[in-house]
Amino acid sequence: MSATLRLPAVLARAAGGTTVHEVRGATVGEVVAEVAGRFPELGTRLRDARGEPYPYVMFYLDDEDIRFQQGFATPVPDGAEIVVVPAIAGG
Amino acid sequence: MSIGRPTSELPELSREEILRYSRHLIIPEVGVEGQRRLKAARVLLVGAGGLGSPNALYLAAAGVGTLGIVEADVVDLTNLQRQVLHGTKDVGRKKLESARERIRDVNPHVKVIAHDAWLTSENALEILSGYDLVVDGTDNFATRYLVNDACVLLGKVNVYGSIFRFEGQSTVFCTADGPCYRCLYPEPPPPGMVPSCAEGGVLGILPGLVGLVQATEAVKLITGVGEPLVGRLLLVDALGMEFRTVKLRKDPRCPACGTREIQALIDYQQFCGIRGAEPEQPPDGVPTITVGELDARRRRHEDFDLVDVREPHEWEIGRIEGARLAPLSTFAEALRTFDSARDLVVYCKSGQRSAKAVRQLQEAGFRRVWNLEGGILRWAEEIDPTVPRY
Repeated sequence: MSATLRLPAVLARAAGGTTVHEVRGATVGEVVAEVAGRFPELGTRLRDARGEPYPYVMFYLDDEDIRFQQGFATPVPDGAEIVVVPAIAGG
Repeated sequence: MSIGRPTSELPELSREEILRYSRHLIIPEVGVEGQRRLKAARVLLVGAGGLGSPNALYLAAAGVGTLGIVEADVVDLTNLQRQVLHGTKDVGRKKLESARERIRDVNPHVKVIAHDAWLTSENALEILSGYDLVVDGTDNFATRYLVNDACVLLGKVNVYGSIFRFEGQSTVFCTADGPCYRCLYPEPPPPGMVPSCAEGGVLGILPGLVGLVQATEAVKLITGVGEPLVGRLLLVDALGMEFRTVKLRKDPRCPACGTREIQALIDYQQFCGIRGAEPEQPPDGVPTITVGELDARRRRHEDFDLVDVREPHEWEIGRIEGARLAPLSTFAEALRTFDSARDLVVYCKSGQRSAKAVRQLQEAGFRRVWNLEGGILRWAEEIDPTVPRY
C-alpha cells in the first residue's frame, strides 16, 4: 500500500531533510521498516532495538493514535497519512 | 465547561473595568458574566519564560483576576529574543519581579501571586491547590510530568504547550473525562535524546504562537465559550505554517488518570533518568583540561591540535583561534584525518558533545586526548571575552 509519512522537522534531519515521504507497507510497522531501510539514522529514532515503538514517539494513522488500534501491526489503507509526533518539552 | 463559581458568587465589575473590558462585554458569548468569570478566575502559570510570557500578558489584559507565577530564574540576555514579559532593563533581575511590574502596567486589577521557587514534588500540591487552572509553560520533561500528576491528583485542568525550534504542541489535559499527559506520552525520552531550547534553539516567535493558543484555551475554559482543545493535540508547524490536530484518547491503563495507581507525587528527576545534580557533568573516564590549562599551553606555544566538534552554524558564531572544525554529527569520518601521535584537545559549546568525541577518539586508539571543561562558553567567560557567548 502506498501512504504518506509526515515527519516533524526535528526528525526530518535524519531523513535527508525532507518532512513528507511517500512510503509503502501493509502495516505501520512495515512502513517504518521501509523508511528505516532508506534512512537508518531515522530508523533508530522511530523504533527501539526490538523494532517496537518508543513510549515517547507517537504515530497517528489518519489522525488516530495507533496504540489504540494494533500498534505497529495496524493496517495502512491505500492513500493513508501517518504523522509522527515525538515528545518535546521546550517552553 | 466553565471553571469557577456559581454566577451569584462572581465579583462585580467597577465602572473602570466595564470600560476597560468593553470589547469583551459587547461579545454576546462573553458578556458581563464571562468577564466576571475571568475576574474570579485564579490561573497558575508554571514558568515565566517563552510560553509563560504571552500567557501572562494576554491573560492579564483579558482580566483574569488572579495570576500565580512559579518561577525562580533571573532574566538573562538570551531570554529576550522570545520572553516578551521581560525587557532589556530587567536583565539580571528576578523574572518574578519584572513579571509583576509588567503585569501591573498592563492591568492593575490583576492580583499577581509570586511563587519564588522551582516546582517540586514537595511544593507542587500546595501551590497548585490554590488555583482553578494551570498553564504548563515549563521547559523540561521532569516538571511536565510533575505538573501533570499534580493536576490529576487535585483535579485541576492543565493547559499544555511545548515548543522546539519551529514546531509546537498544545492541548488541554486533565479535564474530568479527557486524557492526561501520561495518556499521550507514557514515558519520557532518555536524557539527552531530545535537546532543550537552550541546546537546540527555538524560533523566538514560536512561543508567542503556542503560548497564545494556551491563553485562548484558558479564556475559553474560564468563560465556558467554544470547544476546548480536549482530546485533540494541536500540532503547530511554523515552517510550513500548518496547524493540524490529531485525536488524543484517555488511556484506561494510564497510571495517573486511568488506573489511578499514582496516588502521590514521585521523584520526577529519577523518573526522567536524570542522575542527581550537575547534569552538565561529562561521563566518567574522559580526560579533561581546564580553560586555564589550555590558555597556558597556547602561551607556551606547545604543539597540539585543537578540535571544535560543534556544528558549522555554531562555528560561524565564534571559535577559539587555531581550532579546526570537525562536527560531532560527522565525526566518525573526520576521525581518520587526525594524527594519534599528537596531543588533541577537543571542545564544543559546554563540554558535553566534546566528551562524546573524546570517547570516540579513545575507542579508535587515541591516547593523548583531552576534553575542554565547560567548552567555549567557559573559555569566553574566563579567558577571551571577545569570543561571543550564545
